[in-house]
Amino acid sequence: MSDARPGHPALQVRALNKSFGTFKVLTDIDLSVDQSEMVFVLGPSGSGKSTMLRCCNRLEEPDSGEILVGGAPLTGSGVNLNAMRQRIGMVFQSFNLYPHLTALGNVTLALRRVQKLPRETAEAAAREALDRVGLADRAGHHPAQLSGGQQQRVAIARALALRPEVMLFDEPTSALDPELVGDVLAVMRDVKAQGMTMLVVSHEMKFARDAADRVIFMDGGRIVEQGTPEQVFGAPREARTRAFLGRLHG
Amino acid sequence: MDAILAQFFNLEIMAKALPLVLKGLGVTLLICAVVIPLGLAGGLLAALGSVSRNRALRWASIGFVDFFRALPPLVLLIFIYAGLPFAGLRLSPFAAVTIAFFLNNSAYFAEILRAGLLSVPRGQGEAARSTGMSATQTLAWVTLPQAVRNVLPDLLSNAVEIVKLTSLASVVSLGEMLHAAGLVRSITYNASPLMLAAGLYLVLLWPLIRVIGRFERRIAS
Ligand SMILES: Nc1ncnc2c1ncn2[C@@H]1O[C@H](COP(=O)(O)OP(=O)(O)O)[C@@H](O)[C@H]1O
Ligand SMILES: [Mg+2]
Repeated sequence: MSDARPGHPALQVRALNKSFGTFKVLTDIDLSVDQSEMVFVLGPSGSGKSTMLRCCNRLEEPDSGEILVGGAPLTGSGVNLNAMRQRIGMVFQSFNLYPHLTALGNVTLALRRVQKLPRETAEAAAREALDRVGLADRAGHHPAQLSGGQQQRVAIARALALRPEVMLFDEPTSALDPELVGDVLAVMRDVKAQGMTMLVVSHEMKFARDAADRVIFMDGGRIVEQGTPEQVFGAPREARTRAFLGRLHG
Repeated sequence: MDAILAQFFNLEIMAKALPLVLKGLGVTLLICAVVIPLGLAGGLLAALGSVSRNRALRWASIGFVDFFRALPPLVLLIFIYAGLPFAGLRLSPFAAVTIAFFLNNSAYFAEILRAGLLSVPRGQGEAARSTGMSATQTLAWVTLPQAVRNVLPDLLSNAVEIVKLTSLASVVSLGEMLHAAGLVRSITYNASPLMLAAGLYLVLLWPLIRVIGRFERRIAS
């Protein structure tokens, strides 16, 4: 079902540029994420992390550059964007669950309307996805009846159910009360263990140290530095990275 | 006292008027059954246009809405029924009423639905699009259900206004309820048929208004 071919990076970003009006948000971003790799993106607020992530499923339209998913182009003419987006899961800071639908309804919606699965098949797949995030028993609950952590896990299940090749996470835990963060991170760890390719914007440093394969530091719309968590956290090369990490720990 | 009862609450005359007034009620309901769905559809299109990213479409939609909200519906109806024949277009009373009320109510429904669409957070549509849903699917399954729910009392209030608006159709001699009652009044020289029609409007609309009040309180809480 997946068009991903071995030998292709799961996600490739080449020479990506993006401005809002005259304000240059992203400058010459180059990034390649391997199959099953988890890449963490750090950087000060306003450095363009969300915009970069949103370009990776074209919620934001890049001004120039190329993006490929499993070797298949996401940008350029003739791309079936809705088909490509099913290969890219996205998890938002504010969950963005559909409040008028139950947890199950949230997960089945795209399965039924986009992938055109019959109701029973869609519901079986949705229950399996909810089970993976530990919320099989909450299928009939509406978002308003769930805690923030549970809502975010439903949102992860909604993305997972489409069996994407890559998942994008934009500060998935920063809207959560501290005691709810752990459950969401545990689910993300589990998703990674099953081989998912993940690009994660987050400031959960401890989680990044434990789970990330690579850490990228962005500032002013550029990738300033990248390396393993040990390199970037232990011995940052760039002054800007050191300053940022110092502030975070300070 | 007896004179007032005889003039306004003459049961005998009411009984005589009843068949005609009920037939008028049927016409009233028929107009509503045509104008409410048409107005909702036209209103949705205009609302979508008014929040569109296309500037020309946006201005056209906003112009349409402003124009028909500013124009008194009675003026519009008389223009369509009695003015257009001068341009060679002669419409039946029913067609004139339908077109006039469609235009008027599209504008009102558009304004309500526009507010509803704007009340749905951007992230909702983005989440739907990120799962591969098309713009139309996103509207149908995610944005519009929430938009409608957020403005349901206003939509229902406007539907009540439409039922009342139908009484204007009497000026083009369309036999809706008020016209029927007026007809019997002019034959009998008695106001009782009008009281009968007023009573029927109340019976028709009062439950709706109760329901709207309940929705409003539920949304407020
Ligand atoms: N839709 C937009 N229109 C205009 N400016 C925007 C928009 N989205 C983001 N920006 C600006 O782009 C910059 C980068 O934003 P963002 O990608 O959200 O940064 P981050 O996620 O790293 O905090 C910020 O200065 C922000 O104000
Ligand atoms: Mg951000």
